Amino acid sequence: MEEIVNLYQTVQHADVVSWIRVGAVTDFPENAGACIKHKARQIAVYHFTRTQKWYACQNLCPHKMEMVLARGLTGDAGGIPKLACPMHKKTFSLEDGSNLNGEDYSIATYPVKVEDGNVYIGFAD
Amino acid sequence: MKRIIVVGNGMVGYKFCEKLAAHSHRSQFDILVFGEEIRPAYDRVHLSEYFTLESPDELLMASRNWYQDNGITLRTSELVSWIDTENKKVTTHKDESFDYDYLVLATGSSPFIPSIKGSEKEGIFIYRTIEDLEAIQSYAEKLKAQGKFQSAVLGGGLLGLEAANASKELGMTTHVIEFAGKLMPRQLDQPASDLLQAKIESLGMSVHLGKNSKEIIGNGHIERIDFADGTTLPVDMIIISAGIRPRDEVAKNSGIAVGERGGIVVNNKMETSVPDVYAIGEVALYNNNIYGLVAPGYEMAGVALDQIMGGDKLMSPTIDMSTQLKLVGTEVASFGDPFIEGEEALAIRYENKQRGIYKRINVSKDGSKLLGGVLVGDSSDYNTLFQLYINEMKLPENAEDLILGARGGESKNLLGSVLDLPDSAQICSCESVSKGEICGAITSGGCQDLKGVIKETKASTCCGGCKPMVADLVKETLKSLGKEVKETICEHFDYTRQELFDLVKLHNVLGYDDALDRFGKGHGCEVCKPVMASIFASIFMETANKQVAIQDSNDRFLANIQRNGTYSVVPRVPGGEITPEKLVVLGQVAKKYDLYTKITGGQRIDLFGAQLNELPLIWKDLIDAGFESGHAYGKSLRTVKSCVGSTWCRFGMHDSVSFAIRIEERYKGLRSPHKLKGGVSGCIRECAEARGKDFGVIAVEGGWNLYVCGNGGANPKHAILLASQLDDETCIKYLDRFLIYYIRTAGPLVRTAPWLDKLEGGIDYLRKVVVDDCLGMAEEFEREMDGLVERYACEWKEAIEDPETMKRFKPFVNTDEADDQLVFVPLREQKMPKPW
Ligand code: SRM
Ligand SMILES: Cc1cc2nc3c(=O)[nH]c(=O)nc-3n(C[C@H](O)[C@H](O)[C@H](O)COP(=O)(O)OP(=O)(O)OC[C@H]3O[C@@H](n4cnc5c(N)ncnc54)[C@H](O)[C@@H]3O)c2cc1C
Ligand code: SF4
Ligand code: FES
Repeated sequence: MEEIVNLYQTVQHADVVSWIRVGAVTDFPENAGACIKHKARQIAVYHFTRTQKWYACQNLCPHKMEMVLARGLTGDAGGIPKLACPMHKKTFSLEDGSNLNGEDYSIATYPVKVEDGNVYIGFAD
Repeated sequence: MKRIIVVGNGMVGYKFCEKLAAHSHRSQFDILVFGEEIRPAYDRVHLSEYFTLESPDELLMASRNWYQDNGITLRTSELVSWIDTENKKVTTHKDESFDYDYLVLATGSSPFIPSIKGSEKEGIFIYRTIEDLEAIQSYAEKLKAQGKFQSAVLGGGLLGLEAANASKELGMTTHVIEFAGKLMPRQLDQPASDLLQAKIESLGMSVHLGKNSKEIIGNGHIERIDFADGTTLPVDMIIISAGIRPRDEVAKNSGIAVGERGGIVVNNKMETSVPDVYAIGEVALYNNNIYGLVAPGYEMAGVALDQIMGGDKLMSPTIDMSTQLKLVGTEVASFGDPFIEGEEALAIRYENKQRGIYKRINVSKDGSKLLGGVLVGDSSDYNTLFQLYINEMKLPENAEDLILGARGGESKNLLGSVLDLPDSAQICSCESVSKGEICGAITSGGCQDLKGVIKETKASTCCGGCKPMVADLVKETLKSLGKEVKETICEHFDYTRQELFDLVKLHNVLGYDDALDRFGKGHGCEVCKPVMASIFASIFMETANKQVAIQDSNDRFLANIQRNGTYSVVPRVPGGEITPEKLVVLGQVAKKYDLYTKITGGQRIDLFGAQLNELPLIWKDLIDAGFESGHAYGKSLRTVKSCVGSTWCRFGMHDSVSFAIRIEERYKGLRSPHKLKGGVSGCIRECAEARGKDFGVIAVEGGWNLYVCGNGGANPKHAILLASQLDDETCIKYLDRFLIYYIRTAGPLVRTAPWLDKLEGGIDYLRKVVVDDCLGMAEEFEREMDGLVERYACEWKEAIEDPETMKRFKPFVNTDEADDQLVFVPLREQKMPKPW
C-alpha cells in the first residue's frame, strides 16, 4: 500500500523531465474529470471551461485508498479550484493538492499543458 | 507552585478541570486528577447513545490528549482510598501518596441497590457506566440466543425509563416495575403518569405500578420476581434503577462530615467540614439535598474554583430541578413545582387522550406568576414556559393561553419575542449561558450563525434541551441586525432550493452554466451542482444524460459506486413482481460478467462488482430482456414495495401488487430532493412495511388508506394518515399533489419526514393542501405530474443508444487497457473486493 502511495509525488512545472501526451482536448469532458494511465500511475485530469484551466492529480483518494478521484465533482471553494471524491466527498485543492476539510492527508498534483489541441502531463521521471 | 488534587473524573470533575485550565491563574497550580474508571470523563447524560455509537470514545468529554496539552496529570483506573486531612495527603489503592494544597472531591454517585432477597444473583445490572452498558448488552445477546427475552427494570423514574428504553432497543421484552402508584413519581402527577404509561405501553413495554419487589427467585440464573402482594413476574434479567447513593465512603472514612442519609456536607462555598477540601457534583450535600443533574454540578464546579482562586462566588440559594426526558418517541417535561395547588396556587390542565397530550401549569392565585408544570406528549412549549417560570415573568391575562395557544384572533408567540427575555435569563442551564451572552456573541461581531454561537458560548452542548431556544435567539438577533437568515445552498448561490426552483421555472433557464451566470458566482461545487441537476430534472424531466458534468457522481455513471470503485447494477422490478424468465436473465447476466448477486432490502436484485466499461454492456443485455433502470443511484423514486395481497393471501382485502406496480410505473424516474420510497399492503397486517416509507398505501374496508412522510434509516418515522378509504384514482390524485408539493418546497437532501416536521401547520396543513386544495393549486400539481410521467425515458436505454455517451464509461482516456488495480477475493461461492 505504501508503495502505491509513494508513486504519487507532486511535480512542479520547473521539475518536469518529460511531458507525456495523454489525448486530444476533445477526448476530455468539460467541467468534469477523466482518467489517464501512464506506466504504473493513474492520473485524473480536469478541464475547467469557465477559466480555460486544466488540472491533474493522482486518481488515488488518500482517504480510503480508492482509485476514484477522476470520477468526482469539480468546483471551487472561495476561488480555489477543487475536487470532491465520489466516495465520501472529501475535497482537495487542485492547485496544491491540500485537503480542504482540514484533515492531514493530501494528494499529489501534476502540471498540465495544452498545445495544438493536445493535452500533456508533466512527470519528473 | 501549589497543587490541586481532584478525586473523581466524571462530568463534574471534568468541568472543574475545564474551567481551571481556562483560568487566568492556571499557571500557579500543579493539577493531579484521579479517576476510578478506565476512561477519562465521558458524557453520562448521553450514556444511552452508547448503543448506537461506533466507538464509546465519541462520548468522551475530552480526549486524553486534552489533559496532556493542558498540563493536567490524569491517572485513570486509580481509586483514592484514604485522605490524611491533617497532613494534606491522599493515598490511592495502590498505596501511593500525594500531597495537596487544595482537594476537590467529585466522586459522584452510584446506583442504590435496595435490599431485596436474591439481588446478588447473576443477571442483575445497574445503569451508570459504559461498562454497565457493555455488560447489559452482552448478557441480553446471550439470553436472546437461548430464546429468552424477558427483561425488567426496577424503578419507573427518569433513569429507569431510560434504561427500559435501552432494554427494549436491545430486543428484549421489557417490563417497568415501580413501587409508587405512578411513573416518575417525583415529577409527574397522576393524569400525566397515566398518559405516559399508555404511551410506553404503546411502544411495546409493560408497566407494573404499586409493586413492592420482595424476592428475586432463581437457581444460578434469574427466573422470576415475587412481589409483596403475592403476584410474580417471570424475567430473565433485571436492571435496577431505584435511585442514587452519593459515593462519600472515602470522605466518611477520613473524618469529613457527611449527612445522615449520605453525601458530603458543603456550604454555599462548596467547602466541606475540613479546610481546603471541597466537594462538588452528585456527591455534595447542599441545602440537605443531593442533586442528580449536571447543571447544579457544573455550577458547584464554578463556585469551588472561584473560592480556591480567592473569589467570592456563592452557590445559588435554591436549585432548579426542571427536567426533560430524552426517551425516543415520548416527550415529557416538568418544571418548578409540578404538584403545587391549593392555598397558593391554581392548576390549569389540558388533556387530550386521543392525541396523547397532557399539560398542566400551576399559576399563583393572583394569576401573575407561573410556579411549575408538567408536559406529556408535547413538550414544545417547555423552553418558553421554563423561561416564564424561572425569570418570574408576568403572565398574559388569560394564563390558559400558555398551554392552549391563543384562541380566536391571531395566534402569537407567548413570550412575545424571545428577544423580550431579560438579558440575565439563563437559557442553557447546564453550561449556565444567559440570553445576554448568546445575543452578545452575535452583536459583538464575533459570531455569524448558530454554529458559531454554540462553539463560542457552549450553549446547548450538554443535554441539548435548550437548542430550539438558542436557535430562535440567534435567528431573531441576526434579524434585528438586518441580516437575513436563510438556508442558502452553498457559497455559489445565495438562494434556497425552493427559490432556485422558482427562478429556473420562471426564467426558463436551460442549463447549469446559464443558472450560474444569472444567479450565482464562482465555479459551483459538489453541493450546488447535484441540487441544480435535481431541479432541472424535476421541472423538465431531463435525464442524467443531458447535463452529465453536474450530476452527482453516481448519477453521472448511472450506477452506485462501491468500495473498490466498481459499480452495482439494480434493474427495476416494479412492486417486486418478477417472472421466472426475467429471473433467469438476471442470473445469466450475473454469471456472464462474474457479478456478486444479492437480494436487496427493497425487493429487487443487486448485481455488484461491475467495472466502469462493463456497465453499458451489462445494461444492453438487461434492456434487451425488457429491464429498465432502477434508479438506485439517484435521488428519485426507488421502489414501491408490495405484499402479495388479495390475489393469494387469505387476509388480503385488495390487490396490493397490481396497485404497487401501477404506482411504481407512474413515478419511476421522478427526481426529487431526496430519494422516495413507497409501499402498498393488502391489509392492516402491513407486510409491505408501507408506513416505513415516504408514502404508504394500506387496504382497508372500502378502499385505501394513504399515509405519508415515513422512512426507515437512522431516524425511523412511521408515515402519518393523510386520507382514508380512497378509491384507486383519488389515491393517485392525492399522491400526485403530495409529491409535487414536496418536490417544489423541500430543501436539498431533506426527506419527506423531516420536511413535514418543518412544514408550518404539520400534517393538518398538508391535508389542507392535498385534500382540501386550500392553495387552489391541486389541478396545476396534477397537470405537472402528468407532464413528467409523459416525458419519462429510461436513461440507460438512452445511454446505450448514443455512441457519444459511451465515452463516459471508458476507464482511461489514453488506452483501452482495463484497470489493473482491481483485485477480488472469494466470498462464500461468490466474490468481494479485496480489503486494503
Ligand atoms: C442495496 C441496499 C442494501 C441491500 O443490499 O439490501 C442499499 C444500499 C445502500 N443504501 Fe440503503 N439500501 C437498500 C435498502 C434500504 C432500505 C430498505 C427499503 O428500501 O425498504 C432502507 C430503509 C428505508 C428508507 O430508506 O427509509 C435504506 C436506507 C438507507 C439510508 C437512510 C435513509 C434515511 O432517510 O435515513 C441511506 C443513506 C441516504 O440515503 O442518505 C441509504 C444509502 C444506501 C447506499 C446508497 C449507501 C451509499 O451511499 O453507497 C447504499 C448503496 C449501495 C448500492 O450500490 O446499491 N440507505 N436502504 C438496498 C437497496 C434497495 C433497492 O432495491 O434499491
Ligand atoms: C443514564 C443516565 C442519564 C442521565 N441523564 C441526565 C440528564 O438528562 N440530565 C442531567 O442533568 N443529568 C443526567 N444524569 C445525571 C448526570 O449524569 C450526573 O448528575 C453527573 O454525571 C454527575 O457528575 P459527577 O461528576 O458528580 O459524578 P460522576 O459522573 O458519577 O463521576 C464521578 C466519578 O468519580 C469516580 N470515583 C468515585 N469515587 C472515586 C475515588 N475514590 N477515587 C477515584 N475516582 C472515584 C467514579 O468512578 C466516577 O467516574 C444521567 C445519569 C445517567 C446514569
Ligand atoms: S445499511 Fe445500507 S448504507 Fe449501511 S452498509 Fe448496509 S447497505 Fe451500506
Ligand atoms: S475514499 Fe475518497 S473520500 Fe473516502
